[in-house]
Amino acid sequence: MGDGERERLGPGRALNLRRRATAMAGLRRFFDQRGFLEVETPLLVPSPGLELHLDAFPVPDASGQRYLITSPEYQMKRLLAARGEGMERIFQVCKCFRRGEAGAHHNPEFTMVEWYRSPGAWEEVARDVEALCCEVVKAVRGKGGPIEYQGRTLDLTPPWQWLSVAEAMERFAGVTVRGDEPAEVLAERGRAAGFAIPPTRTAWDDVFFSIFLDAVDPQLARGGPTILHSWPAPLSALARLDGEGFAERFEAYAGGLELANGYGELTDAAEQRRRCEAERAERLRRELPAYPLDERFLAALAEGIPPSGGVALGIDRLMMLACDAASLREVVSFTSAEV
Amino acid sequence: MYDASDLRKGLKILIDGQPYIVVQSDFVKPGKGAAFTRTKMKNLLTGGVIERNIRSGEKVELADVEENEMTFLYKEAENFVFMDKKSYEQVSVTKDVVEDNWRFLKDNLDVQVTFYNGRAIAVTPPNFVSLKVTHSEPGVRGDTSSGATKPATLETGATINVPLFINVGESLRIDTRTGQYIERTRD
Repeated sequence: MGDGERERLGPGRALNLRRRATAMAGLRRFFDQRGFLEVETPLLVPSPGLELHLDAFPVPDASGQRYLITSPEYQMKRLLAARGEGMERIFQVCKCFRRGEAGAHHNPEFTMVEWYRSPGAWEEVARDVEALCCEVVKAVRGKGGPIEYQGRTLDLTPPWQWLSVAEAMERFAGVTVRGDEPAEVLAERGRAAGFAIPPTRTAWDDVFFSIFLDAVDPQLARGGPTILHSWPAPLSALARLDGEGFAERFEAYAGGLELANGYGELTDAAEQRRRCEAERAERLRRELPAYPLDERFLAALAEGIPPSGGVALGIDRLMMLACDAASLREVVSFTSAEV
Repeated sequence: MYDASDLRKGLKILIDGQPYIVVQSDFVKPGKGAAFTRTKMKNLLTGGVIERNIRSGEKVELADVEENEMTFLYKEAENFVFMDKKSYEQVSVTKDVVEDNWRFLKDNLDVQVTFYNGRAIAVTPPNFVSLKVTHSEPGVRGDTSSGATKPATLETGATINVPLFINVGESLRIDTRTGQYIERTRD
């Protein structure tokens, strides 16, 4: 900085940083009252996860190639498998890192709170999400009940609307989705319902999200807070499948923000290995970095984890709701573009 | 060719064979899905606004669109003749392309003409123009209610509503985006 030039945060941003500190105190109180133990796991790991659309930051290290975590999931599940005293309910607040994600709702490094109930079910952690969002926003705004967010009224008081992905796609897009249909079939159904799906979009998830972004996302943004659950199997990620062939996975939406993603955790080590290998093969096929499988994580699953529910929630986005901010930039000290 | 992730406001692109200007572009990434650019764009021929989600990695073709500074010369039957300020080349533009903007076209006015594949598709006047009143009935004395207006004919032949105190021969500043009277000017 040159002479006479001072750092200017702007009054809005300074206020939001104070609100953020209030929110974090409220968040820790929330977990403490529910008997959760706060843990910390490493940010530098040998395998950042194989999810197709997550790109990790590589960090060279004398002991071999390391990466910054894209989520603390593997290490937190190893804590569940260890079954030590207090490990039945754990939470962690940490930075996660994802290359190339920048926009009004994204920053390449962002703050996540991730927690697990073991034993537990996805429905329980989904209810935690509802209550946590409500309490944190209440702590910041000083009152419960309906709030204004970006010109709309939003009531975060539980329970929220619960909607399955298949219901949402049927209702808002007029398209039937099962998850077991080939991508071409889904694309044809989408085109018949009037969606523009370029012929070059051939992957199942790309076809699905072409329809989802056009029809479901805007409706969720207009409606009240929603738990969107039972995702089609091709989007199961680390969730186990239910009896109907859908994944025990949910996403929490409020005010047009995707706040959280949770699972009934996949605890079957053989199935987990099969999914990791399939994703790694697809990464190789698409010439994406093919990170190694995390053998310690897979070994932990093999030792056995009770049925568990886990969820990760983006704190920056929750702060956007709490501060009525249109962009993540308004609720962090500096974005990656500003350092 | 442009990658979807490089789409920026103001970029002119071809979608389904039609030229569009990007009005807004946002990075979106649905949970566990690929990154998309949510792109709001305006059709340069029809003015219609559409929204498309373009997956990152997909290529978008640039539209052959040029914007030239031109001077309005004269009206010839139903057409308007402009001269390029750089090349001095003259082009005749039809009324359906000029649209409502004929109301602001006085001789020697500098405008922006948009060409698509070499054909004029839009004429954009400056945001403000100054035009003389050629005809207007005198305002009724005693009517002092604020906001009262009367019609006035301008040198281009257009009629707009003006305050009652405006007289023939005066110059008015007009906002071309709304077509409304702003103030009297001295020129």
